[in-house]
Amino acid sequence: MRQRGVLSGEFFMMGDIACAEGAISAGCRFFAGYPITPATEVAEHMSYRMPEVGGTYIQMEDELGSMAAILGASWGGVKAMTATSGPGFSLMMENLGLGIMTETPCVLVNVQRAGPSTGLPTLAAQGDMMQARWGTHGPYEIIALAPSSPQELFDLTIRAFNLSEKYRLPVLVMTDAEVGHMTEKVVIPPPEEIELCPRRLVTVPPGEYLPFKADGDLVPPMAVFGQGYRFHATGLTHDERGYPDTADDSAQWPLIQRLIDKIRVNKRDIIQLEEDNLQDAEVVVCSYGISARTALWPMELARKEGIKVGLLRLITVWPFPEERVRELARKVKAFVVPELNFGQVALEVERCAAGQAEVILVPHPGGNVHEPGKVLEALREAARK
Amino acid sequence: MEPERHPMDDLLREDRLPHIWCSGCGIGTAVTCFISALLKSGQDLDKVAVISGIGCTGRVAGYIKLDSFHTTHGRAIAFATGLKLANPELKVVIFSGDGDLIAIGGNHFIHAARRNIDMTVICVNNFNYGMTGGQVGPTTPVGARTATSPYGCFEHPFNIPYLAAASGAVYVARWTMLHVRRLERSIGEALAKRGFSLVEIIAPCPTNYDRWQKRRTGLDSLRYYHQKGIIQHGINPRDVDINVDGGEIIEGVFVNVEKPTFSDFCQEGLSKAMGGRE
Repeated sequence: MRQRGVLSGEFFMMGDIACAEGAISAGCRFFAGYPITPATEVAEHMSYRMPEVGGTYIQMEDELGSMAAILGASWGGVKAMTATSGPGFSLMMENLGLGIMTETPCVLVNVQRAGPSTGLPTLAAQGDMMQARWGTHGPYEIIALAPSSPQELFDLTIRAFNLSEKYRLPVLVMTDAEVGHMTEKVVIPPPEEIELCPRRLVTVPPGEYLPFKADGDLVPPMAVFGQGYRFHATGLTHDERGYPDTADDSAQWPLIQRLIDKIRVNKRDIIQLEEDNLQDAEVVVCSYGISARTALWPMELARKEGIKVGLLRLITVWPFPEERVRELARKVKAFVVPELNFGQVALEVERCAAGQAEVILVPHPGGNVHEPGKVLEALREAARK
Repeated sequence: MEPERHPMDDLLREDRLPHIWCSGCGIGTAVTCFISALLKSGQDLDKVAVISGIGCTGRVAGYIKLDSFHTTHGRAIAFATGLKLANPELKVVIFSGDGDLIAIGGNHFIHAARRNIDMTVICVNNFNYGMTGGQVGPTTPVGARTATSPYGCFEHPFNIPYLAAASGAVYVARWTMLHVRRLERSIGEALAKRGFSLVEIIAPCPTNYDRWQKRRTGLDSLRYYHQKGIIQHGINPRDVDINVDGGEIIEGVFVNVEKPTFSDFCQEGLSKAMGGRE
């Protein structure tokens, strides 16, 4: 018998599939994508499920087209998503910027693999984290979530849709080949237990509507095509009417300030952290995604050796939890940052620690998860500080 | 006394006039023909979406008072694909230039034509990248001097109608900016047509292209179109290339066929495959 929408139940499910089901549970009814290891399964599952739930799957000719198509679908009034990996992520950057500039709700999933360039297509890495923050040109804020399990990939994809509607911007789900291809228990709740943020549609009549004039919380209500508002939206710097205003910086200042403030001012609502054993910690493991998970066993071993180590897991990587890290830096000896790259989120930790605590990176070029011994050695070094 | 209003004023963003286009530019005429055709078509104007890319023609979306979007360079068709599939009730029109649609946007152009997505593409071809100062483009005729072909263009240009037809477009027409009545009629036919419809408009860019080919004003270009434009409906699009500046320009409706759209094909196929399970 055909299932529709939310497949409530308990499953043994692969991460990529859980991501697709999370999107469907959040109301996603448009997926445009392109095959790329290790995200292909998201597309495949969507090609199967979108027709079942009355949505649309289209396999675009490239990732640039995929990103453009999901923006178009969003402006057509439908929740839309795409999924890719490093090489596709790079191709999507320009239209990610268009989505940010035009305040288009949508979700972009990056199942990271080792790079640079073609790299190791089937193996995990976390090398795109700074690209997630700054990959498209210009000044802006972005939201990026980092799941550590298939269950979290399900939950955070839903959260990504909610945040994208609430704050009107593309939201990134930064996972990796390990979590994406891992099969674990995933519980899908009944629909009534899934909290969804509806699109913040315009309420005033046409003629009174200024498409880029924000309400008190810095987010303008959105009109979609076909409602009679006859609005204009552009990637050019624009005024509150949506019209280009490019002769000088007079429109640039208020627009960019608002795009940045709408995230910064709402950090408390956006940032999610998992904290463990921080009350008496002398060493804090600050990590995210698969690396936070593989640090757990070395942390246990370290505690057995008497090292007081706690965990600060970044469920939200961007915006970065500056205040929490600054607070901890005043109390602890050192942060240990295992990540599958040569220091990206670690740079943020260093910046916020501002010399008040050491920051020890446990690097890895990608292609595997961290060797527990290396993480343990870093914890011991941290404890010696 | 009440100021008089032009019949098209309701469809123009008066608060943005005067527009940025040069004296003698063909885009203004293209917009007039489009608005005229649209008003005659009886389309529900609230359901019309105008999407454009980057360039002088790309600015069209900003001046027409309909739901409109100014996308990134070359991506108007991809954006429009998502928009149309999300809301099939919309009448989606892409209004962009030769460089935007055929160079950087070439891949999206051929795939949307291949899929026969129900959309109308109006391509204003002025043989160069005008907005940035007149650089060589994929339709620049052989030998023409431009800002980036100062010794002459040594590339063979695209034949846009041939490209569209070969990719699967169901309606393909070309008119010069001189033939306004026929252009308006073609736009009307393209709007009414189900499937991927293309209207190529040969237009002057006196400031950045035509004056280097000795056509210093828009009027010089109109004389050129008058002298060298030849109407040949139904001719094989293979034979309508504009390879040499100053040569023949073949105009007319070249392709007008019926074919299921992407959506038709999907609905039908899915119904059969899913056997009532949806």
